Amino acid sequence: MNESLAIETRELTKIYGSGHTEVVAMRDASVGIRRGEVVALLGPSGAGKSTFLTAVGLINPPTSGQILIGSVPVLDGPVPLVNLRSFRRKHIGYVFQKSNLIPFLSARENVQIAMELNGTSPRRARHRALELLEELGVADRAENGPSMLSGGEQQRAAIARALANDPSVILADEPTAALDSHRGRQVMELFRGVAHEHGAGVIVVTHDQRTLEVFDTIYEMEDGLIRQRTSQLTLAQ
Amino acid sequence: MNLAAKDIQHNLGRFALTIFGIGMLLMIVMGMGGIYRGLVEDATLLVERIGADLWVVQRDTRGPFAEVSRVPKTLVYRVLAVPGVESAREFVFHTIQREHNGKPLRMSVLGLSWPLDKGEWLPLIAGRPLAQNHYEMVADKTLGLRLHERIKLGKETYSIVGITSGMANTAGDGMIFVTVWDSQAIQFDTPGEAMRLERAARDRRSRTEDIFLSQPILTEQLSRPTAELPAVASPELSAVVVRVAARADPDMVAATISTWADVSVFTKASQEELLLKGMVDKARRQLGMFRVLLTIIAAIIMALILYTLTLDKLHSIALLKLIGAPNRVILGLILQQAIVLGGVGYGIAYMVGQKLFTYFPRRVVLTNDDLLQLAAIVLGISVLSSFLGIWKAMRVEPNEALMG
Repeated sequence: MNESLAIETRELTKIYGSGHTEVVAMRDASVGIRRGEVVALLGPSGAGKSTFLTAVGLINPPTSGQILIGSVPVLDGPVPLVNLRSFRRKHIGYVFQKSNLIPFLSARENVQIAMELNGTSPRRARHRALELLEELGVADRAENGPSMLSGGEQQRAAIARALANDPSVILADEPTAALDSHRGRQVMELFRGVAHEHGAGVIVVTHDQRTLEVFDTIYEMEDGLIRQRTSQLTLAQ
Repeated sequence: MNLAAKDIQHNLGRFALTIFGIGMLLMIVMGMGGIYRGLVEDATLLVERIGADLWVVQRDTRGPFAEVSRVPKTLVYRVLAVPGVESAREFVFHTIQREHNGKPLRMSVLGLSWPLDKGEWLPLIAGRPLAQNHYEMVADKTLGLRLHERIKLGKETYSIVGITSGMANTAGDGMIFVTVWDSQAIQFDTPGEAMRLERAARDRRSRTEDIFLSQPILTEQLSRPTAELPAVASPELSAVVVRVAARADPDMVAATISTWADVSVFTKASQEELLLKGMVDKARRQLGMFRVLLTIIAAIIMALILYTLTLDKLHSIALLKLIGAPNRVILGLILQQAIVLGGVGYGIAYMVGQKLFTYFPRRVVLTNDDLLQLAAIVLGISVLSSFLGIWKAMRVEPNEALMG
């Protein structure tokens, strides 16, 4: 077990169904992601990317294998070793493709609620939410509801929320899918920045080949199998 | 941060309309309870207010309200002679329908036993009780008559000297209060033509019957007004109302009077029971059952509204679960909204009802007990009906937030 790893998976396997309807969505996925590392997860549709992401996000437990977050064992196969909801609240941040802000809360409140749920006082949470939105360049839209924000602004607000509790891991599922290439690249750069500044391990599922150079590590999935590929940036260096 | 308040704020128009709708529904439930209570109160109003311990009525009748009762005026003096009786008064009660300003005017006439009873016990909102034994009346405001207005009933014209509030009979018709003499004059009024025909018949009989030929004095007497004929009984009473002396036992007094072969006696409680279990029983039970049904329907509608509101928030709930919101936060979101819907809806029902119910033709009585009972029911409905939404919310998986 490596102390500096933000997240570590050991031989994760996920099987849906049983008998002749059995489908192996993920097979023996073992990865280790360091704090501050930004990882891309590539692969065609149905390769098992979302299965992997929801498994490490403690949303959809694996059939077998282990997950350790910040060197704490949290799942042994489908068996939770900690209170998963509480653990998610404290250690994992999520960013999705779309619709990931609560519609009846403003951008600031979406960030603030994540902290309040974690026990931060409303005053402190409000202050910190504004700081994060400022850091991500959307402080001027803090009091606007999600429907009043552009796609890029929504993603920035969502990233601010993901960072709210200083998580060990940030999981992003195609966060640039709804953005143009310029905005998409900005968001990816943001992930890189926050990973380095906040010391979180970031896993981004993406199809966007144009932004791969921002990632420290690239994993590819196909037919449930995961393998590492050296990033273009590393190659260039 | 109060998520329930934020959601309401965000969907204010929709919530306002929903709450208004629930308020109207609750107002109907409240109104139905008020109509029920009004019916019960109206039924027992006179018995309550007239302050009688015993009602002496015609033998084997359930009068004077449930059916017609006729007792002679002399019964008052017989009753007064019974040990333990403090006072006995004449009671005349009947319902009439007349035209007033081109509209039918239906009213119950209650005769007050002048001079013992001038109507001091009446709940006057204007004017005064009776001050003379003829041609004055006190009328209930539901009749739409004005103070000092003059109204012709029978051959006489009566001046309205007082206005009461909430004095209606079991059918909801407003009451007028006159002296017993006037009430009998109204009740037994005979048209002039009928009197002329009766006199002509008498005159004819006086010329053909042997008795009139042998006793000419009878012919002389027949020419006098009907009311002055010694052989014709004076108009009768509906009942005699009795007040028992403080130290006397009403049951003992009732038992004594019950031994008389021509009357029946009812205590205040049995008179009320006659009214509630006899006259208004079916209407009361029908309203009661309808009220229960309405309450159940209100509960179902509220449950469906809350369930629909929860369905609309499922994605947000999944998202909240995903970011680690404990169940109590989600439960609080739904429950608080349910209580706001119920509470504000109840407030709207009360406020609109207070204004609206005054225009109802019959009394709608909102008692504190009934209002508190309904408030508790609404709170219960709000909590119970939110369970359906909570059940749905608890079943939402956090990964549903990923489905967009």
